[in-house]
Amino acid sequence: MKRRDFLKLAGSASLAAMPIRLYAAGRSNARLLVVFLRGGYDAANALVPVASDFYYETRPNIAVPRPGTAANAAIALDASWGLHPALRATLLPLYEKRQLAFVPFAGTHDASRSHFTTQDTIELGQDHDRARNYNSGFLNRLTVTLAQRPTSIAFSNRLPLAFRGDVQIPNIGLRQLRKPAIDTEQTAVIADMYRNTALAGAVNEGFVVRDGLMQELAAEMEAASRNAITARGFELQAQRMARLMRGKYNVGFVDVGGWDTHVGQGGAEGNLANRLEALGRGIASFSTEMGAAWNDTVVVVLSEFGRTFRENGNRGTDHGHGTVYWVAGGGIRGGRIAGEQVAVQQSTLHQNRDYPVLNEYRALLGGLVARMYGLDDAQIARVFPGASVKDLGLV
Amino acid sequence: MGSIPVLGWKAIAAAAAAVVTLAACAASAPETRTAAASNAALPRIQGAQERMHLLNRVTWGATASAAREVEALGSQRYLERQLKPGPAALPPAVQAQIDALTISQRTLAELVREVEQQRRAAVALADPEAQKLARRAYQQELTRLGREAATRSLLRAIYSPNQLEEKMTWFWMNHFNVFQFKANVRAMIGDYEERAIRPHAMGRFRTLLGATARHPAMLRYLDNSLNAANRINENYARELMELHTLGATGGYTQQDVQELARILTGVGTNILGVQRKVRPVRQREYVHQGVFEFNPNRHDYGDKLFLGHAVKGRGLSEVDEALDRLARHPSTARFVSRKLAVYLVADDPPEALVERMAKTFQASDGDIAAVLRTMFGSPEFAASLGHKFKDPVHYVVSAVRLAYGDKPIVNAAPMIGWLNRMGQGLYGRQTPDGYPLTRTGWVSPGQMTTRFEIARVIGSGRANLLKTDARSDAEAIAVPQLSSALSHESVLKTLSPATAKALAQARSPQEWNTYFLSSPEFMNR
Repeated sequence: MKRRDFLKLAGSASLAAMPIRLYAAGRSNARLLVVFLRGGYDAANALVPVASDFYYETRPNIAVPRPGTAANAAIALDASWGLHPALRATLLPLYEKRQLAFVPFAGTHDASRSHFTTQDTIELGQDHDRARNYNSGFLNRLTVTLAQRPTSIAFSNRLPLAFRGDVQIPNIGLRQLRKPAIDTEQTAVIADMYRNTALAGAVNEGFVVRDGLMQELAAEMEAASRNAITARGFELQAQRMARLMRGKYNVGFVDVGGWDTHVGQGGAEGNLANRLEALGRGIASFSTEMGAAWNDTVVVVLSEFGRTFRENGNRGTDHGHGTVYWVAGGGIRGGRIAGEQVAVQQSTLHQNRDYPVLNEYRALLGGLVARMYGLDDAQIARVFPGASVKDLGLV
Repeated sequence: MGSIPVLGWKAIAAAAAAVVTLAACAASAPETRTAAASNAALPRIQGAQERMHLLNRVTWGATASAAREVEALGSQRYLERQLKPGPAALPPAVQAQIDALTISQRTLAELVREVEQQRRAAVALADPEAQKLARRAYQQELTRLGREAATRSLLRAIYSPNQLEEKMTWFWMNHFNVFQFKANVRAMIGDYEERAIRPHAMGRFRTLLGATARHPAMLRYLDNSLNAANRINENYARELMELHTLGATGGYTQQDVQELARILTGVGTNILGVQRKVRPVRQREYVHQGVFEFNPNRHDYGDKLFLGHAVKGRGLSEVDEALDRLARHPSTARFVSRKLAVYLVADDPPEALVERMAKTFQASDGDIAAVLRTMFGSPEFAASLGHKFKDPVHYVVSAVRLAYGDKPIVNAAPMIGWLNRMGQGLYGRQTPDGYPLTRTGWVSPGQMTTRFEIARVIGSGRANLLKTDARSDAEAIAVPQLSSALSHESVLKTLSPATAKALAQARSPQEWNTYFLSSPEFMNR
């Protein structure tokens, strides 16, 4: 089947007729990975509004060409939207398998355009009108709310805000794995010192996480010795995450930086294209590496805000508002552009500058996790207090 | 190796010298007498283990020489000295390192102007590739300046005789947190610590508050430099009440936030000394000191109603009036006292203690040393010794003090790295609330595993703290002799059987050190 035919077919299938392949209410083996693109990625150049003349008028130097107009053009996903060509090898296959959906016009009602404020807003996931509690992130609240408590982990050197809260969640940086210098014998001696102390649990858990990682590292090193290791950067990190998440851990968080493209971001090629390519490779690798567990997995890719719709004087873009979230997973109802939408033109911009936010992140994420875990209203209210949840039918 | 007799001798010499210095100070400073009069309030702590606990609480970590100092002076005189610190004489080798830093040689205004000019030159480059490289160089320079500040701070934490002042400097840096990786704050953070915080760390809260409110690092970090009449930015106004003074439940309203934001309009920075065209009638109100600027053009001259009081619109002195009110508000006395008690007594300090401290705070018009004195003299303080969990910065600095307290390190980079790795990097807290001061923030599994790894690096003497260049082998690896250092202080007798058993299994001094620095006992202060 040709790709275009497949897309046509996928597009024609009515949503209601599609079987719910997974996520019977409250499935306990559901897995969630949140990928946070810190810096505000330029969503309009990842999911390209190819039908918008306004896009091509306002981005004379950095627009991704319309499908079919250049060798390295956007790939049509439907009449309105195209995929950045840097994602052809990695994300397009997932989209075609209906394992990937995009939610444009997503984001927060935080209009500060501050990276920090808006990242915090998202990670805390609290009612916008209330005083912030910096010790209560939404993923921590999710962790304590689920009846069958998931094993959560942050793949970062410090615990992200999203995981701060009532329960202790482990964190471990995967970018540079260090072979532990504390050997097996020393581990046993140290664990013995803590056996009858309040810290015994944390100490033992720490060693378990470390040893699990080292097993993965051993496999990696073996692969390296056979010259079989090709992954680098985020892809390598993503493979490591998958090995941990197909096993013990079922709620994960990772952040990927470097999206604050004020200058020379490029179009079909260049700085942003390279970053997207690496990100796409990571997500595709993650999906492969998850194996059968991919069917129970949902990956959400989000960012604090989108960027200015028009390019700036430095062939880059500045801090904006609405962005595009990605939802991927082996069992999702993807292969489509989901959520509230509006034609991309000057009159629909937020403050004549940015994408508007039509799909509020708490409503969106609340709807996702409600379906994934079969949460009732009271449970959802604990995770996202005050949010009116919107089910986009993605899971 | 075998450096213990040397360590001991040095410590005694240092303690003797310190006593002499103290006597000299006392002779020339009449106020020492009044302090001595209230000596009775300070606790008399005896016994080797108790001394170690006291040191672990009021300093960045007990060392053998500090223990001897307490023994020689008695706990009361020791605390007295810590509460009224004299000049912080650092070991010459440490002082020389600090003197060599760019941040020690340039003023804030110079540093900030230079990096701003570098930034502008970079942005002006037409070629995108050249611009990218120039921007990177700008970022690297900022980072270098931030690391210099961290280096200076760590050297003082390890080697300053004024240990309580250093601990309080960290506390206030955390209380009035700024995040170095926002914009050009890295170029300002050293000055912020050195001029706005440290000089007032043991002084009057109102003075400290005022110093932070005028510092460009704070004004930039919390966006007050963007706060102008009719273009209000509430960020700083809100945090000033919620985090710096009254506390979230301290009794202010959203209306007060907005009014304080209006009061703060026009308070900002002027890096390049740009001439402002101020209306002649307001000309005399314009202020430009260093990088700080009060620009009447941006100030809202209308009258305000703040915390129930009318504030006559008149310019910068409105800010002083507002800060006076905030600093003297009973909620502030309570909020700050409680936070001090969380830092220096217990995660959930007894209400009665907080009340007594708050009373002192109000009675003394926010004299920080007086509040600490009330706290130190309390039975709650004495009872709490040894029961606070060390956060990463306490862990790292106490380990390095124990290992190298008498042998100046020349390379603080590994320490900066360890703190980052454990998520408590200096000036690395992104949010204005500062790092958590309680155990729950720092006992995660990953944290513990990382501590053990760091214990091993320090214990084995392979941390490169004594080398400026990791590749050179000019400096021999110096394995710290913790077991000998501690044997003098009877610490070893007080360890739990499980820890004693572990130490007995050590196959080398390096491993002994690793186990000791990994032990449950070493996790507490």
